[in-house]
This record gives sequence, structure tokens and C-alpha cells, in this order.
Amino acid sequence: MKSHQSALTIILLSCVLTTTAFSATASSTEASTNIWRDVPPGPPDAILGIAQAFRECTAENKVNVCVGAYRDEKGQPWVLPSVRSAEEIMLSSENKEYLPIEGDSAFVNKALRFAYGANAPLDRIAGVQTLSGTGACRIGGEFLSQFYSSKNILVPDPTWGNHHKIFKECGLTVGTYRYYDRSTNRLDLQGMLEDLRNAPDGSTILLHACAHNPTGCDPTDEQWDQLLDVIRQKQHLIFFDSAYQGFASGDAEADAKALRRVMDAGYPMLLAQSFAKNFGLYGERCGTLSVVCHDAAQKDILMSQLKCIVRPMYSSPPKHGSSIVRTVLSDEKLTQQYYQECASMADRIQTMRQRLVQALQDAGSSHDWSHISEQIGMFAFTGMSAEMCDTLTDQYNIFLTRDGRISIAGLNDDNLGYVAKAIHSVTDGKSITSN
Amino acid sequence: MILPSISRSVLRQHSKAAARYATNIHASRTMSTSSSPWSQFEMAPTDPIVGLNEIYNKDDFPSKVIVGVGAYRDDLGKPYVLPCVREAEQILMDKNLDMEYTGIAGEPKFVDLALKFVYGEDSVPIQENRVHGVQALSGTGGLRVFGELMAKHGHKHIYVPNPTWGNHIPIFTNSGLEVRKYRYYDAESSDLDFTNMMKDIKDIPKGSLILMHACAHNPTGMDPTMEQWKEMSETIKKQGLVPFFDCAYQGFASGDPVKDASSVRMFVEDGHLISMVQSFSKNFGLYGQRIGALSVVGADEDEAKRVVSQMKMVIRPMYSNPPRQGARIVTTILEDPRLTQDFLDQCRGMADRINLMRTLLQDKLAEAGSTKNWDHITKQIGMFAYSGLNKDQVMEMREKHHVYCTADGRISMAGVTSGNVDYIANAIHDVSK
Repeated sequence: MKSHQSALTIILLSCVLTTTAFSATASSTEASTNIWRDVPPGPPDAILGIAQAFRECTAENKVNVCVGAYRDEKGQPWVLPSVRSAEEIMLSSENKEYLPIEGDSAFVNKALRFAYGANAPLDRIAGVQTLSGTGACRIGGEFLSQFYSSKNILVPDPTWGNHHKIFKECGLTVGTYRYYDRSTNRLDLQGMLEDLRNAPDGSTILLHACAHNPTGCDPTDEQWDQLLDVIRQKQHLIFFDSAYQGFASGDAEADAKALRRVMDAGYPMLLAQSFAKNFGLYGERCGTLSVVCHDAAQKDILMSQLKCIVRPMYSSPPKHGSSIVRTVLSDEKLTQQYYQECASMADRIQTMRQRLVQALQDAGSSHDWSHISEQIGMFAFTGMSAEMCDTLTDQYNIFLTRDGRISIAGLNDDNLGYVAKAIHSVTDGKSITSN
Repeated sequence: MILPSISRSVLRQHSKAAARYATNIHASRTMSTSSSPWSQFEMAPTDPIVGLNEIYNKDDFPSKVIVGVGAYRDDLGKPYVLPCVREAEQILMDKNLDMEYTGIAGEPKFVDLALKFVYGEDSVPIQENRVHGVQALSGTGGLRVFGELMAKHGHKHIYVPNPTWGNHIPIFTNSGLEVRKYRYYDAESSDLDFTNMMKDIKDIPKGSLILMHACAHNPTGMDPTMEQWKEMSETIKKQGLVPFFDCAYQGFASGDPVKDASSVRMFVEDGHLISMVQSFSKNFGLYGQRIGALSVVGADEDEAKRVVSQMKMVIRPMYSNPPRQGARIVTTILEDPRLTQDFLDQCRGMADRINLMRTLLQDKLAEAGSTKNWDHITKQIGMFAYSGLNKDQVMEMREKHHVYCTADGRISMAGVTSGNVDYIANAIHDVSK
């Protein structure tokens, strides 16, 4: 099906086109009819567009490994039982009143402690509830654009595609730093350090708190030592994006190690937090944006400014997701239950990750797939080229993003063998590294 | 104490100066908690409407009353969750639905029902499938997406009535549009300033966006009559303006959603290619769910769909996709005839109570001894009464009587109950005699 390939090519090309302005001026009394005439169609989103293509595909053996949403062993979405229990409780206890502009403060406090630790100095962390990670990045980016001395933000290469769009919309100048070495399928530490050194002092550096999306490749503790050295010298501002806490290793405390280390060392930082994956609350849009401040007075000031960004965007955040998280984390039994459920998701993914590598070998592949074993989180960054991905989609009805990223959550007993064989056949005799 | 909304250019000027200072300081310090990037910031003004809650909450006077935010209260002053909403929630629980991401444009079924609710199922453009839209984060979210969309498509300014809902200004300013005003309300006579409004509309440059409140104008509660709407429609067509409706009170204004949509439907029938934002915060009582819709009437189906695709481009880098719960609740209700009837009854119930309070307040003001003309309280429609109190009187009412309304004298009638109406009437009379 060539249409996939051409459609996806158009997607990639179109993503860099700006929409053309159309004339809003009327030419006659027939003015009304001309308002929208010249509006061009907007290109489909790279990731969500592929998800749509999957939905529209009628092949029985189709496999969805593109969107980063958890699936159980039957390939079904999974609502955490602790989340359902919270909803039951909420049926009789929740009203529908507006949340404050900054969101549900009880939820925000729970969320910040979840990220920063039980003893987090909340009195000097300015935190607002946001529409999941996207909303947090947008609020954070707008804040930086309006109030921070540098308009430069550097994101890793590669990163989640929407990062570029979000920060550009905020009016920031988005640059990249080398992150992943495609010739070794490992972290490109030297390239990363060099690019951070070369960036103007005080630039904002976006870092994935854990389980880097799309590569799954996180710095080790020693690598963090070196990164923080450079960041300190350059007085860069760290902006963490934390979308997989608890979901990466199965241990929420361990997954927060890097961001807590930075916080404890006294670096100013921003944190975008998402509960989409770890609580399975994807569609309810639940997250936070926080800024670590010097003291409580500064926190108050920053809260006032953050509210000025939220109010003209959507007034106040949606409460269903945050009420669920608050309800779970306020109940000891539900909290324990939640941690187990989150760990079970991470465990299943871990298992499938190892089994995928085994299955590739079983299929006869002689490639070194150890990078997949070592990667962390929901995705495997295979190293496949865009052409290989297109073939997987067109010939095998396996839907993934064209950067070679597979959502492991989409793998199960029924499709693992099929996917492994397909990957083997498109990669056999070809390179899965590039320079 | 009303704090002016700060324009983006003023903010930028301030922040540029602050940033220069911050950069200089920054360069000369080593990394420590004291070299904070935020040390030069100043406290931003509190939102005049929402900030009122904060001030009110700090007051420990036992008989304090707040008539600020436009959220409905029952006659005991309590928040009210519509029974049809509760029932819809139970139905949803029983269905055991997943929480997957919805599309960027939201739930298609919701959007379809929402548009039919306001445009009418038998509306010609609806029948011709050339009305399309997206699920929005209630009214604010829809307005912001629309503002950014239009700013990206060649628009430089938007005209709003004077006065209008306070948040309109920063929403559009932050979207990159300059906000201009057309006269709307005559404070002297507490009435619509129709003659001057028409004068101002005739001066609006061709192709400009003009925002109108579909019904229950916020904050004045004064709506044009159908004859006046007709004249506006004709003039706007002649002027070649781009009409955009903010519809936040459909069903809540008169109690009849069809009646409340008359202005919008007239414009559509007159051939305008309108755009509109709808909020379901008030009429469905779903304030905290942030549920609304943003739509356009296109010249044809393809055109409307193209505009929607551009809306999605604005949404993706803002919040990716909207929250599901509110959309599911509204859908559950509007796709079921019995639940829809329940909703209509309950919505009317809210509107009726508010109208009763209007009458009661006016009576109590007379009883209190006021000789002023308070006709506008019962003439106005919707959730708010634009009392005519000035800023000083409002402040005195807060300090002396612990009655809180916004500084423009706007009283949320939803906060008035049979239990507090005497107290409120006496307070208003006391500061205005």
C-alpha cells in the first residue's frame, strides 16, 4: 500500500510548512462566503496520524506499535483497578465546580511529592495542574518565553516530536543537542557534552527524567555527573519532562532519581509531569508543571504569573483525572494497590522487551539487538530506517513511527512472533545503525 | 481595586527589563540557590473574577455572601450537580469504558450532538454537512484556539462589545490579536446602547472579526431584541464582517435552549458563515470538566473540514487532545431522549430560580427603601445582574457588609437565595442611597 508511504512523506514535509495566510478582507457584499475559502488543509500529526491509519486499516493481522499507550496481554487498553475504585468513590463525593486556575491543590501537592519525594520542600515549589505533559510543556514554555532571560531551549535529538511544535508556539528558539548515537545505538555522551558547552550560557535544556522517548536510552549515574558539571558551568536551566515515572523500571522512587538529584543539588529547574501512562489516565489529561524556587515568597510570585498564563488559555484545568489521582494517593490501601498495578505494567513490558530480542534471534536475525535489551520504558528504538518502517507497515500491516520506534506495550503472545519475523525480514542483511 | 488586565506588550516591556537585569546578575554568580533566575519577578495581578473567591475565602465574617463567579447555586447556596448528569455518570461507570486518548478534535459524537444542540438539527448547513468543529476546553479553551487560529490566518484584531467578559481581553491578546471595542451598554440608562453600537459597527473595517454574545450577555445581561439582531445581521453582512459567537448560556438564559439560540440561528439563516464557541459549563453544570465546542459554518463541507484541520494544528501543541469525561457525560444525555428531557427540565429549573431571584431582589430593594430605578435587574437576562454600582460602592459593600461581587458591579444572581436576598438588598441599598 503505497498510500501509507506517500501520506507519511507528506506528513513529514508538511510538518515544516507554515500555514499560509489567507485574505480575510471581503471584496463585496458577498463577503461572508469568502471567509474560509483559502484555508489549506492542515497536515495530519505524525504520531496520531499513524494511529488513525491503523484504525482505518482493515487487515486482520494488523499490529499497533505506534502510540505510547499501554496494552495488556490481550492487546486491550487497561484501566487500573485502583483508578476504577477511585471513580466509584468520586461518583457520590465529587461535585462539578470549577477548580481554581492553578488546579486542585491537594492533587498538586500529591503529584509534586510523587515526583520530588515525600520530603519535598513544597513551600518553595510553584506547581500548577496542567493538561497532562503537553499542557505542562506548553505552560512551562510560555512561562520561559515571557519571563526567562534566554529564549533558547535545547531538546535532545531525537525527542518526542511534539516538543518542537510546543516550544516553537511559545516563541522560543528551539535547538537540539546530540543525544543518541545512531552508529552505536547508545547515548552520545561526548556529542551531548559538546553541544551543551557550545550553547549560549543560561539556555534551557530539556531533559527526559527517565525512559527517554523515543530511544529508551537514559544516562547512567556517572554520565549524569558529567552532564551536571557542564550544566553548572554554563548555568543552563534544566527543564525535566517526566512522563514515565513508575512506568519505566516499575519503581516510582527509582525512576525519579535523576530529577531528585538535580533538585537536591540546588539547581533551579522546571518539571513537566504526566499521569497519562503511569496512571493510565491518557484521555483525562492530568499533569503538573512546577518551578523550583528560592523561597516561599518567590513561589507566590511565580504562582501568580503561572496563573496569568493559564487563565487566558483554558481558565482552569479539567478535574476528573486529577480527582482520581488525588483520591488514590490519599488512600493508603489504594496507593499500595496502585504501586503494584503500575509495577505490573512495567513488568509486562520488561518481559516483552526481553522476549522480543529472543524472538528476533529465534527468527534468525544475526544483528546485535542488545540496545533493545538495555533500553528503558515503553519503547524500543530499533535502529530501523524509515524505508524499513514503511515496508513493515505496507507489507506487514505493522504500524510504527518512521523513526523505528516500537511501542513494546503493543506486543503480546499473539503478535510477538509475527512482529519479530517481520522485523527480521526487513532488516536481514541491512544495517540497523547509521552515521 | 480592580486591576487592569495587563497587555502582552506591557508584560514584555517589563520582562525585557527584568531579563536584562537578571542576565547581568546571572553572569556574575556561581551556581547556588541564591542565583535564581526568578529573583526579579513581580507579583502578577489576581484575576478580577476568580481572585474574588480568594479574597472571600479569607474573610471570616459569619454572614458573608459571595455573588461573584458565574456558577449556579441552589436555594441553599450549594453547588448543584444536575441529576441527569449524575445518572449519566452512573451509566458511564456501568459501561466500563477505557481512558484512551481521544482524537485531537475530541469525541466526534459529542461534537456532532453539541453542534446540533445549538445550530438545530434542521439547520440547512447542518443538513448540508458543512458545519464542523472540535471539542474545546469549555468556552475559554475554544476562544483561545479560535484566536490563535485567526491570528495565524491573517487577522490582526477582533472587535468585542464594551463591556464584555473580562477574560476575553487577555485570551485574544495572548492569541496575538489586538482587541478593539464597539459600544454596547449605556451605564447611565442601564440599557443597551443600540444606536451607538450600530454606529460603531458601521465603522468596523471590512473583514474584521466581530464577537457577539449569543444570549445572556456577560456582564450586562442585556441582549438585543430580535429586531435589533436583524438589523445587526444586515449591517454586518453589508460591512463584510466576520461574525463570531460566544455561546455560554444556551438554555440557561430563558430556560429554553431553542429560544436562546435564536440570534445564532438567524445569522445562519441570513447566510453568514459564522463561527462559534459553546460552553457546557453553565447549562449542564459541568464547570470543572471543561467541556465546550468550537465550530465553523463553511461554504461547503470540504471548507469546514479544512478549517477544523487547522484548528487541530493549534490544539496539538497546546494540550494534544481534550479530556473525555465531560464529553461523555453530555453525549450520554443528548443521545437519549428521556435524559435530554430531564436535562431540559433541570436547566429550566435553574433559569427559573434565577428569574425568581431577580424579581425578589428588586422587590426587596424597594422594601429596603431604595428610591432608585432597579428595573434593569428584572429586564436583564441570564446569570448576572449588572447592578450599576460603581467601584467605590462595591468596595464599601465588601468592607462594610461582607457582600462580594466583582468591581464592575456585576452580581451573580445564581448566588442569591431566599435566605440571603434580604441581606443583599439591604447592603446594596445602603451603599447606593
